Amino acid sequence: MSPSFLPLRIVIVCCVALAIAALAAFGDQTVLRFASRVAIMGLAAVAVDVVLGYAGLVSLGHAAFFGLGAYVTGALALLGYHEGLVVWPVAIGTATLAALIIGALALRTTGVYFIMITLAFAQMFYYGANAVPGLGGADGFRLPARSTLAGFSLDNPRTFFLLCAFVLIAVLLFARRASFASFGYSLQAARDDAVRSAASGIRNYWLRLAAFTISGAIAGLAGVLSANLTLYIAPSSVLSWHLSAELLVMVILGMAGTLYGAIVGAAIFLALVEIISHYTDFWAMYVGIAVIARVLLLRDGLLVTLRKLVTP
Amino acid sequence: MTAPLLTIRGVCKRLGGLLVSDDISIDVMSGEMHAVIGPNGAGKTTLLNQIGGQLIPNAGVITFDGTDITALPVQDRARLGIGRTFQVPKIFASFAALDNPAIGILGRKGHTFGLWRTVRKLPDCEAEANAALAAVGISDKALAQTDLLSHGDRRLVEIATALAGKPRLLLLDEPMAGLGRDESLRMSALLKTLKGEAAIVMVEHDMDAVFSLADTVTVLAHGKVIASGRPEDIRNSPQVRTSYLGADDDV
Repeated sequence: MSPSFLPLRIVIVCCVALAIAALAAFGDQTVLRFASRVAIMGLAAVAVDVVLGYAGLVSLGHAAFFGLGAYVTGALALLGYHEGLVVWPVAIGTATLAALIIGALALRTTGVYFIMITLAFAQMFYYGANAVPGLGGADGFRLPARSTLAGFSLDNPRTFFLLCAFVLIAVLLFARRASFASFGYSLQAARDDAVRSAASGIRNYWLRLAAFTISGAIAGLAGVLSANLTLYIAPSSVLSWHLSAELLVMVILGMAGTLYGAIVGAAIFLALVEIISHYTDFWAMYVGIAVIARVLLLRDGLLVTLRKLVTP
Repeated sequence: MTAPLLTIRGVCKRLGGLLVSDDISIDVMSGEMHAVIGPNGAGKTTLLNQIGGQLIPNAGVITFDGTDITALPVQDRARLGIGRTFQVPKIFASFAALDNPAIGILGRKGHTFGLWRTVRKLPDCEAEANAALAAVGISDKALAQTDLLSHGDRRLVEIATALAGKPRLLLLDEPMAGLGRDESLRMSALLKTLKGEAAIVMVEHDMDAVFSLADTVTVLAHGKVIASGRPEDIRNSPQVRTSYLGADDDV
């Protein structure tokens, strides 16, 4: 990072901190709910970007990990377990294990086959959730209550939003850090040229599997938070392949391979949907146009283009 | 008589219906520069791929420093000390030039799962990567993005990446191909400095380079070794002249 970016960096950090503080201080319930949703989907989009931007693999199956996080949280809530320090690790662990197993199989392939296998596995979970007795089938179910965290209630929308924002920023900083460490470097080397990286002693398969598993864990965490935000879970909302596709759109909208771009993309995507759906049912068309415009006009991505405009 | 570093015994490779390697046996000694020449389609790159592990032979045995590596995965061979470059340079295009040899260092050390410490701040990493770039003479481009470099510089970056793996055996697939006049001279000079640092198996069409640098020359045609020996013997072999160097006397 050259020194000329440093002030801009500080400005961005201050703006983000101010925005979070302002939202927490002045946001009403609707605004806080929307902001929490942006943070949660941003978190899931970061998970997708780890695989898409850094490993160079298109996964159409991340709804499975998001959905597992949500469903395990919901199922445990139905059984009367609400303590986040117990429920959340179990839910995230389940999503992580699923990512490990699915990744181990799917990563034997690349390209279109990888897309199809991840999609197929996610669809198995989708139809599985439809069939599990006691979880409402296709209609889904309501959670009796939000999780508590070490006994503290998260019912206040302000508290919950701050938690989501904190989790998102912590994951983002950790993932950014890892992207400049030997893991991130080796993973990107395998993405740039897998034959070359293997010839340099890099174990491509294991690196990708580790990335896919970490990504699944992050998506699972997003699912846990999502279940706690909406307190309602259905296969169509947390396990459908549409969710996987929307996450990909968010990452591309923001800029793949940057991690923070995924969050910007998620915010723009959700804002577009929120605004346009007030006027027309065909919001997806306009979101589509936005994606095309982004890909054609802002090839460096939104943030890099902005940075170029700001810094002479 | 010391044992050879690399022994290839009876290696056969079939690609589709074609026998691309036909009962090849070669020895490469430590520190030896071994050139493999032959007409297009003779199976030179296929042979290199079997030594590097990109292809596995259908029959035969390859041993490196006493270890049977015939079916060993590429990355494990690399960690044993077999480095290589490719006919069309393979590079990490989104990285700065300096970070290419850094990957070679990480791969060699098996240090690829660190989640915290920034690669360039790892002990010796940046110094070693810089040294690798200096060894091939492109220190001045260390911070340039690799895919913006010229073809010749990319090849040098790839050699630096291979060197960063501290190979005991270096496989070079046509290092001179596609280079301009000046670049070719630089490459010849570089190959001369590499000679003796590691054993080298080099596939090359540039006969000046081959005959001035190589300790041993092996000639392949239709997947078979038709001659192998000292450069001057190969140059004068009538069989090699007809099949490869051209029948005319003025070669």
